[in-house]
Amino acid sequence: MTVSQIAVFLENKKGRLSEMTKVLGNAGVDLIALTIADTKEFGIVRFITKDNEKVLSLLKENGYTATRTELLGVEVSDVPGGLHDVLRLLGDGGIEIEYLYSFARTYLKKAVILFKVGDNQKALKILKDGGAALIDNIFE
Amino acid sequence: MIYNKLAETMTRREMRDLQLDRLKKTVKYAYKEVPFYQKKFDSIGLKPSDIKTLKDIEKIPFTVKSDLRDNYPYGLSAVPMDKIVRIHASSGTSGKPTVVLYTKNDIETWSECVARLAVAAGCTEKDIVQVCFGYGLFTGGFGLHYGLEKLNAAVVPASSGNSERQIMLMKDFGTTALVSTPSYALYLGELAERLGYTKSDFKLRTGLFGSEASTPEMMKLIEEKLGLHPTNNYGLSEIIGPGVSGDCLEDCGMHINEDHFYPEIIDGETEEIKGEGEYGELVLTALTKEGMPILRYKTRDVTRLFYEPCKCGRTTTRMDRIKGRSDDMLIIRGVNVFPSQIESVLMAMGEVAGHYEIIVKRENFMDILEVCVELKDASLLENYANLDLLRQKIRHNLKTVLQIDTIVKLVEPLTLKRYEGKAKRVTDLR
Repeated sequence: MTVSQIAVFLENKKGRLSEMTKVLGNAGVDLIALTIADTKEFGIVRFITKDNEKVLSLLKENGYTATRTELLGVEVSDVPGGLHDVLRLLGDGGIEIEYLYSFARTYLKKAVILFKVGDNQKALKILKDGGAALIDNIFE
Repeated sequence: MIYNKLAETMTRREMRDLQLDRLKKTVKYAYKEVPFYQKKFDSIGLKPSDIKTLKDIEKIPFTVKSDLRDNYPYGLSAVPMDKIVRIHASSGTSGKPTVVLYTKNDIETWSECVARLAVAAGCTEKDIVQVCFGYGLFTGGFGLHYGLEKLNAAVVPASSGNSERQIMLMKDFGTTALVSTPSYALYLGELAERLGYTKSDFKLRTGLFGSEASTPEMMKLIEEKLGLHPTNNYGLSEIIGPGVSGDCLEDCGMHINEDHFYPEIIDGETEEIKGEGEYGELVLTALTKEGMPILRYKTRDVTRLFYEPCKCGRTTTRMDRIKGRSDDMLIIRGVNVFPSQIESVLMAMGEVAGHYEIIVKRENFMDILEVCVELKDASLLENYANLDLLRQKIRHNLKTVLQIDTIVKLVEPLTLKRYEGKAKRVTDLR
């Protein structure tokens, strides 16, 4: 019950991101969500596509250091406090969050939150027991 | 297998007698035929007849690279041009190249020496050898080519460059032995992987690597990637080209073709003679050269010598792999640093690729050593802490070896420059 994400190592240099997006664009890859965390010298770009396996091998062929990681996905109502309800569950359960990102599905009045936590199994159980709407397919 | 049993297995005493006889002759010859040497001898009152023992070689002044440059192009020639059959030149990084001249006999000696080292490395006439050295003024290509032909191996003169084609040839021709620089071999291995080949797609058996220093760790990586037994060989155009020495399969130093090249080790600064097993600058005297005799040439290469006979049966002196060049040595905050030390540390770490760049800067009167290395281990991308830990680990490992602090930069794979010839790893901005 997790959502797969691709993480790519990029140097923090002009044009590096667009070189990568060019490779993805040329191969017809549809990006569903994307986030970048950067430091002075390098960054990790994380994103989700429909066919992560294909994209992963495409990136490797083009010489990128890339990997797949598993995130927890929760769908919440797109209303004030929606994010907090989920975070409270995890916080109370003693789960540390490494990072998260989210996107809204305004047409459904829903938002999807993607979490990277240290212990997926434990977090999954806490969320399930707390009644959170876990998802493993964000493309529906 | 030993190519020339007589030359490679004679007793130390026989060798020393032969060397002394040849030394006396070559000193007389150089004095008589090359005004440069005559002047050099005369200026210190030395006569060729003063050379009575091998130890007397220490009386002869050194020859250095700038002597060759100052006598550009033909000033050090000992014969008229009608006796010269080949002219090579080394890539001069500053100004004019250094020129070397060969008579027919010199080419014969050269081929013989290369054939010896190829056999020592495990090559036979059955091998298909791909020579990925540039064919041209550089001595690497032609030197290996003629030596391997002398051995009756099938030589593929692929020359350098066009790496994807090199890999295609390697596969289609069933290449069994590869000749290149170690850094290019590593690059070919990497590229082959990227193109989806595994080492079982190739028939590679032996690698003859030279023209730049290597580390055991780098050789191990090449072995893993290409599935061949890597060997080092050594030479320099000023002396003859590749063929001065080469590894046997015992992996215990490169056997010097001592009947043609007399080795000494000196302290790079004080020029004092060093003993067996002590590191210092290699000095070579060509004992049989006709076209351009050369006496006590300071190679700038740092190594050490071992004199006991080898398990392989050869009795010739062995030289350790080149530790670095005395002019490669960086002095960082007063500490001597050889790029090969940095290479050893990096190559031993699986998280990073086998290529690196060293940048030396001075900020606020402080030397700063920056090491750029390519991240290979994708599993570290789970979070930042991993990448930071890796940087700390590299820094720590470097500090253990170098005793100084470094700045470590992780860069993307395949973004550092690859070299088809000698790799240039160091940029000194001071």
